[in-house]
Formats: sequence, structure tokens, C-alpha cells
Amino acid sequence: MSLTTDLPQSTPPNGKPGPGKAGAKPGPGRAGSGDGAGDAVPSPRRRSRQRRERLFQWLFLVPAVVYMALFFGYPVVKNVVMSFQDYTTATFFTGEAPWVGLANYVTVLSSSLFSTSLLNTALFTVGSILGQFVIGLALAIFFQRKFPLNGILRSLLLLPWLLPLIVSSAVWRWILDKDSGALNRFLGDFGIVDTGVPWLTSTSLALIAVVGVNIWIGIPFNLTILYGGLQEIPDELYEAGSLDGATGWKAFRHITWPMLRPVVSVVLVLGVVYTLKVLDIILGLTNGGPANSTQTIATQSYALSFQEFKFGEGAALGNILVIISLVFAVLYLRASRRAVDE
Amino acid sequence: MTTTITSRRGPARGSGNGTGRGSGRGTGPAPDRKNWGSTALAILFLAIMLFPVYWMVNASLQPNGTTLETSWLPLKPDFTGYATAISEQGGNLGTSLVISLGSVALSLAIAAPAAYALAYFKVRGASIVLFAILISQMIPGIVVANALYTAYNDLGLLNSIPGLILADSAHGIPFAILIIRAFMNGMPASVIEAARVDGAGHIRAFWSIVLPLSRNSLITAGLFTFLFAWSDFLFALTLTTTEAVRPVTLGIFQYIGAYVNDWSSVMATAVLASIPAIILLVAAQKYIAAGTTGGAVK
Repeated sequence: MSLTTDLPQSTPPNGKPGPGKAGAKPGPGRAGSGDGAGDAVPSPRRRSRQRRERLFQWLFLVPAVVYMALFFGYPVVKNVVMSFQDYTTATFFTGEAPWVGLANYVTVLSSSLFSTSLLNTALFTVGSILGQFVIGLALAIFFQRKFPLNGILRSLLLLPWLLPLIVSSAVWRWILDKDSGALNRFLGDFGIVDTGVPWLTSTSLALIAVVGVNIWIGIPFNLTILYGGLQEIPDELYEAGSLDGATGWKAFRHITWPMLRPVVSVVLVLGVVYTLKVLDIILGLTNGGPANSTQTIATQSYALSFQEFKFGEGAALGNILVIISLVFAVLYLRASRRAVDE
Repeated sequence: MTTTITSRRGPARGSGNGTGRGSGRGTGPAPDRKNWGSTALAILFLAIMLFPVYWMVNASLQPNGTTLETSWLPLKPDFTGYATAISEQGGNLGTSLVISLGSVALSLAIAAPAAYALAYFKVRGASIVLFAILISQMIPGIVVANALYTAYNDLGLLNSIPGLILADSAHGIPFAILIIRAFMNGMPASVIEAARVDGAGHIRAFWSIVLPLSRNSLITAGLFTFLFAWSDFLFALTLTTTEAVRPVTLGIFQYIGAYVNDWSSVMATAVLASIPAIILLVAAQKYIAAGTTGGAVK
């Protein structure tokens, strides 16, 4: 029982019942249990020790909380404020940013570019996610087979995901080059096309090319997470299924897919949230062009703030992107809660 | 999230290795015959997926200035691309290295104590902190950059290495907290309690018991934090306005922003900028595996 002096330190300071401490009630009753030297003396000493303890515990968390507040909390709030102001280069000299109400939102939403960016964002996101997921799942299923070098080959597939995005953009710029790019030369050698295809310089092809590159980048992530999900499905289910005649497609339809559902929803929603934010790849490959054919909400927000120096309008567009992301964030939290439940 | 993934993995793995695979092998036609056909198919997939990486290396070894025909194989490797890359981008590579190392130090210094507090103390508001970390992943970088630019402008942090270290850590800190916390959750509480009974204070218990035991998760978090900061492009692009501080990602962007007539040095820079990722993949396999599983939570 001499340990009781240490126990309060390991129990929650806020009175929540900790494991194994269900009997001990917080408050004055506890003081008498341990050292019976004197009932009046230990009580304030313990309380101050408890307070010091709580302070110590918070000290571990404080730097992270401060950082998150400064680098995520502050920007979000600041961005909302800026979106209601006429915040331009002049603001940096005069320090004045006149309040303009919803004018920035009106300008941004009524611009003809908004509908283009919104459509491009939707096409870019849906196309990328669909491609990454389908190919990633196919590869994940393939790698369930047991064959030599399986592990090494699977981990080497991660490389596209680990490379800096701007490096990937530079490499693909060169591969997709109209005149001497590897893809056109390859297609030319096999007689599939006669003249160079303007992958990145044609308004009708650029978005497709950008989506293709983004699929290439996203396959490893989808493969890895889905592979992990598949590994967790117990073999017994397939054995039991095969007794009932569920093999091949039937086994996939009735065993694999239902069991994989929670992982699938997490992968898809995370994919959407990340794809909405993508900026590096598009700026590196096309810079939003040609003729805005690859402009998305994220790149458009960048252009407004950092190329036209209309920070207020850029902030307004950024906030619209946040709202779209939040809708998917809610979906994500619901999906992950389902994953926890199962 | 993290805990469920790891805890679900445990039993499923066990049963798979034990009964499932065992009986499968027993009934299978030839247990020892290697499935080399599938290996060949997998190598083909890998070749297609890694072709761009090969092409990057191949193009970097071509003689300077040839935009017309890059040969399919670097039969006569020419290193002038690398010479140009190092003379023009060497300083930027150094800048990137300093920023990335700084970001690793800052991220671990902030994330490790926080992960400990979240895993061990039932601090009031712990769930709010975790929720905030998850939500922070939904915030587009451009929104953060937009607001940071104005704040940095007032604080004089534009075009500075400390400014970029602070901003780049936004990629790594939430991820590091989640990864390290997931690991610490699996550490027996009795170890720390024993240390505390022995009279070790919080800081000593954390420093000499918890941190050494969490070594692997710290390495994983550190490696990924390095890679995130090294790959950062958005903050480099928005929070610098002069040539004074220029990470290599921005150097590459400037290369390809104009008309390119010397692809070999662009590709040589790209190869040099890929080295951290390649080292990570080859030398730190098991840490990568740990990080990608955690990536599901990120």
C-alpha cells in the first residue's frame, strides 16, 4: 500500500475513473488512505502536487498545440477574414485592407473561369481517383499470390509515390514532349501515330495527360493500403466459401468486397481530399494552361493570390475549396468510424 | 484509427500464417514449385511503372543540348548534365538539405512529447487535439500559404530558412504525432510506471525510458518528415520572393518554367533531388512499411 503515494500521479487528473482506481474517489476522502501521518497536512500538499502534475502533462502537449494553432488554425481564420477584405499588394505598403463584404466571393463565383475550374477540379479528381483505385486494387489482388520476389517488387513500386512531385512533373514533361518525348517516339515507332501528339499543349488533351500522371503517382498508395486490407481478410473465409462453391469472381463479390469495404471507403475519401488540394503536379506540367484547360480551384486560387496579387479573391476561392474538402472530411470521419466499429 | 489498424492486423496475420496458409500448402499441387510466371508478370508491371524513373536517369546521362533524339539506352554516358546541375543547383540542394534537417529536428521535438502525452496521460482535450490533427489534413496548402505569406511579410520571415523550416514542418508534424502515438499506444504502461516508482521525474522517464523504446517510430517519423520537407514545393514557391533562399524543388520548377533546351541538366537535377527517396526505399525498407500503414491515417 505504500504505492498509493505514487498512484495519484498515474490517475487521470480530471477525475475520470482510471483503470484499477475505480474504488478511490477523488476529493478529500482519498487523503486518509495512504500515509496516516496527519489528515490535515497531506491534503493541500497533494492538491498542489496534483496541480503540478497536471501542468507537467500539459507541458508535453503545449508545443504541438501552439504549432497547430499557428500553422493551421491561424491561416484558416486569417483566410476567412482576408476573403472579406480588399487585400492587395497595396495593403503591404499602406497596411489598409478595406472591408468589402461579399464582393470577393461575388467576383470569384461570377467569373467565367470559376465554372471552368470547378469542372476541371471535378474531372481531375474523379478521373484520378478512379484510375488509381482500379489499378491499385487490381495490383493489390495480384500481389496476394505467392511468388518469388513478391515483397521486393511490391516495395519498389512505391518509388513513384516517394519522389518529390515536382521531380515527377519534370520527368513527365519530358516524356510527354510533343516533338521528342519518349511517348510520342514510342507510339511513332509502332506506327500508332504519325505526327507528335501535343499531350500537354492541346486544350483537349492536357487535362487527360495531367490525370494520367496523377494516376501514376497515386497507384502505389492505393496498392499499399488495399494490399494491407486484403491481407487482413482471414483465409478461413475463402476456405469456407469455396466449400459453398464461391470461387473466383463469386468469392470476390461475396467475400473480398464486403470485407474490404471499410478500407475502400477510407482510401477513396482520403484520395479525394488529397487530390482536391493538388497543386504541384498541375503547375509543373502545364501551369494551368493551355488556355486554362487544366486550371483547377487550387491552381486558380494560387494564381489570384500570387500572380495577380489579389489576396482577397484568392482567399475567397481557397475558402470554397476548404468547404468542398470539409464535405469529404465529414464523409471520411464517418467512414473511419465505421472502420473502427467493424 | 491507428490503433484499430494495428490491432486488427495482429490476429489476422497470425491466423493467416498459421492455419490458412499451412492447409493451403498441404492441399496444393506442388508446395515447393516456385510461381515464376507471376514473378515475370510482376516485373513487367514494375518496368512499366518505373519507366519514367529509368527515363529520368537515361536522359540525365545524354550529351548536353540534345533535344532531338534521346537514345533509348545511355550507351555513352555523358556527365556534363550533372556538372551543370551541380554548378547551377548545388547551392539549392544544400538549402533543401538544411531546411529538411531543420524540419526533422523541429517536428520530432514537437511531435514526440505530444505523442507521449496523447498516448499516456488522459489529458483533458486530448481527443480534441487528435480531431484537430485529422481535420488539419483537409486544409489545402494554398490556404495556409495565402495567410502565411502576409504574416511572414510582417514578421520578416519571407526568404528565410527558419521561415521555411517552420512552414515545411506543417507537412510532417501531424503525421509524426500520429505515427509515434500509435507506437507508444502499444508500449506497456507498466514500464513507465516502474520508472516513475523508481523516482524518475516526467522528463527523465520520457527522455531515458520512453524515447529509447520508441526508437523505431521516431526513425520512421523522422524519415518521412525529411521527405515531406525535401519534396515541399508550395511553401518554397509562395514564401520566397528572391533568389536568396531557393530549395531545389523551386530550382527545378524554374528550369521547366521556361522553354527547356537542355533536358540533360534538368534531368540530372531531378535525379539528384530523388536521391533521398531512393535511399529511403533501399536502406530503410521496414520504416517505410511502417510509414505507409500510418499513411492511411494521415
